[in-house]
Amino acid sequence: MSLIQMPKADAMVIGRRQAIVGGLSRALGQGTLVSDDGGLRAFETDALTAYRTVPMAAVLPRSTDEVSRVLKFCSENRIKAVARGAGTSLCGGALPAEDSIVIGLSRMNRILDVNFLDRTATVEAGITNLGISNAVGAARFFYAPDPSSQFACTIGGNIAMNSGGAHCLKYGVTANNVLKVKMVLMNGEIVELGGDYLDPQGYDLLGLATGSEGQFGIVTEVTVRILRQAEGARPMLIGFGSAESAGACVSAIIADGLIPVAIEFMDKLAIEVCDDFAKAGYPRDAGAMLIVEVEGSANEIEEQIQSVKEIASRFEPTAMRVSQSEEESAAIWKGRKSAFGAVGRISDYYCMDGVIPLGKLAEVLKQVEDAGKKHQLKILNIFHAGDGNLHPLILYNANNEREKHAAEECGAELLKLCVDAGGCLTGEHGVGIEKRDLMRYQYTDSDLIQQMRVKAAFDPQWLLNAGKVFPLDLQTRFAAEALEKHG
Amino acid sequence: MADVYMPRDEAELAALVRGANAGGDPLEVCGFRSKRDAGRPIKPSAVVSTAKLSGITLYEPKELVISAKAGTPLHEIEAALAKHNQELAFEPADFSRIYSPDALAASIGAIAAMNISGPRRILRGAARDHLLGLRAVNGEGSAIKSGGRVMKNVTGVDLVRGLAGSWGTLSIFTELTFKVLPRAPESRTVIFLGLADEAATGVMSAAMGTPYEVSGTIHLHSALVGRLSDREIAPAKTALTALRLEGAPQSLAYRVEKLRREIAPFGDTYELDQQRSWEFWADIRSRAFLSKDFERPLWRITIAPSKAALIVRALSAFFEVNAAYEWSGGLLWLELPPSADASVTEVRRVVAEFEADSMLMRAPKAVRSSIEVFHPLPFAKMKIVQALKTSFDPAGVLNPGRMYAGV
Repeated sequence: MSLIQMPKADAMVIGRRQAIVGGLSRALGQGTLVSDDGGLRAFETDALTAYRTVPMAAVLPRSTDEVSRVLKFCSENRIKAVARGAGTSLCGGALPAEDSIVIGLSRMNRILDVNFLDRTATVEAGITNLGISNAVGAARFFYAPDPSSQFACTIGGNIAMNSGGAHCLKYGVTANNVLKVKMVLMNGEIVELGGDYLDPQGYDLLGLATGSEGQFGIVTEVTVRILRQAEGARPMLIGFGSAESAGACVSAIIADGLIPVAIEFMDKLAIEVCDDFAKAGYPRDAGAMLIVEVEGSANEIEEQIQSVKEIASRFEPTAMRVSQSEEESAAIWKGRKSAFGAVGRISDYYCMDGVIPLGKLAEVLKQVEDAGKKHQLKILNIFHAGDGNLHPLILYNANNEREKHAAEECGAELLKLCVDAGGCLTGEHGVGIEKRDLMRYQYTDSDLIQQMRVKAAFDPQWLLNAGKVFPLDLQTRFAAEALEKHG
Repeated sequence: MADVYMPRDEAELAALVRGANAGGDPLEVCGFRSKRDAGRPIKPSAVVSTAKLSGITLYEPKELVISAKAGTPLHEIEAALAKHNQELAFEPADFSRIYSPDALAASIGAIAAMNISGPRRILRGAARDHLLGLRAVNGEGSAIKSGGRVMKNVTGVDLVRGLAGSWGTLSIFTELTFKVLPRAPESRTVIFLGLADEAATGVMSAAMGTPYEVSGTIHLHSALVGRLSDREIAPAKTALTALRLEGAPQSLAYRVEKLRREIAPFGDTYELDQQRSWEFWADIRSRAFLSKDFERPLWRITIAPSKAALIVRALSAFFEVNAAYEWSGGLLWLELPPSADASVTEVRRVVAEFEADSMLMRAPKAVRSSIEVFHPLPFAKMKIVQALKTSFDPAGVLNPGRMYAGV
């Protein structure tokens, strides 16, 4: 695709590539330096695969000190740096620039400490999200935010994007579950933000850095809250004749004061694609389906399921099935969590992440359908319905120029619909490059300038993950001011 | 007394701040000034109050969201929510007792500005976790907004979290949007009497590590127990440890029973029924366990719960400490004997040893003028704090020095 422009690469910096590679090599100790063309291909893109740029070099440090030395070298030589976890960003968050280097955290993946009394786990930033839950699972604890990519995505990446997931309806997103980070600033200084406890007084620098998309510093260590698992959990499937009925049912469940641990929505096409992949026994004849999961003791689960059934019955459900076994529950969730992969088997797609007020759900779903018709593209809906976080997947053929352009245009329209409905551009994937040029639709320039000044308080040189999040013209202005002030 | 301004809308407030910014005139930022004795004392040219920016602007019970102007009294918001059986689940604590019992109620702006949470924070999150969006005026007099009214939002830098708990030093809130939750129909409390501090933090942590959704924990030294209103508990003259559970009656009965069985090894337990449980936590929320004596320094310490009893013991070597352990020990309220410097040297030395965070929550003005009220920061972090202040308030006109000297 070609709609999104990247900042012009600095030929002078690229011209110094040999010297830069030498400097990085000296800055690293045990860590690995990648500078050959073949090796660098591994870093050219993330899960927004339509955009690819090979960086000047990539380093895979083994310690916070190495990250510090690398960043200090980059700062002194005015070289842009892009942090990378597992490269699962759907918005181009880990996409390098031609004149940048990549700092990959994948080799820093150890569990450093688990404290069940204080209910905390301290880990290196490159550990996978699921790796944390696995490490504490035997004691029946878990780390709550669960992005669908949790088997691959890293906790460092989760902090960069303030990731969510299906079970955030009850347990909150990354920002609500992180206590402390060790972060390396662009000048190589190492700071600790937050603490081993809740709510220290003073500015919430941790809160600001969470979701800052790798533009404030590079997180190398993280202390997260771990929670005790519920006694039991059970999902149920509810099929409806139409997407509108399913949407209305979601609103009714929340309005009733019942907060299930998750409410997931799938439309007809999503049901078919996911069921083909996971053989989860989804109701294939339904127009739309909800997965509603409740948790607690056996009696509490039974009680909540009865309430959900009672509410759902007002919306003419075509099918209702409560999971009867662990295996069945696992299959139900496998279908949902592998949805993006399953869709990837049948088509290229462009994944949106807008959020809307729940009351607008049925109305916005209709508008999404209309937008697809207008652009002659199929749109598949699968999303976290309980918190209004839509994920329309726009299907297109990457080899067809018209479809590529239409998909991006359609995506922008859908996000504008979300903002118009009183929502926002992105609920858990981040802005990256993908939604950067839509930021003015949600924010005024004075909102954006304030955000950018905060970013500059952490990275005054504007070298970290440059070209992302904020409109390019504003970034150019800030970068020029930074150059004048900081050289 | 400095002039007091009460702008009637955001534009008027912005114009006022632009004037102050141009002249470099420091402003004291407040709602109803109920916490004017908190933080470092400042010398403003004028006071700007959000008292007349008042009223609920949006309430959608079905979407679990409420918006109100910053000067709306907290009790007004809570009354509106109660009509729909909803609440601010972080249960904002009431500090009027420790500052000035005759003060006006808190504004919703103050709750956000000081990130004030209460006992239920340990289960449901802090004020800032429930703050979805805001409008504010920064130190240059520009109106800014961040976040919105939806439950999830990662669009750009999260100024909402950055401004929550910034004590009016970065921006002046004009409107806030909070997530709300259904109110649990019933409450039960399990109590222990006479536990030593180590055992009490042990039982509170064990309770939080069960799946029974404990929604409040507190351990009070005996001197603090006598200030509670429960007629049977108050005269007990012994330490008290309490665990709260909330929910629908059937589920509640089940969870209370399971919890009591699991923590039985710690000692005998007693149960407070619905009414007494409700009144007990109303006392905790209104800080009834703390002294009204302004001369007694009150420290707020946040620490890993497993170290809480140890730090209290370490401090007790220097002076008599009356301690309340909230959030299973993660939040300590320490009342110390009156002194000229609030015993800052000893407190900060021990706090540093335990890698905790400290704040002098209450002390006479002279004491707060002479020591760092907020926990001193390492150099690299202080540089970020200063840069952050400048990014919002370059001329330093909003509550300058309220948190840190020169910030």
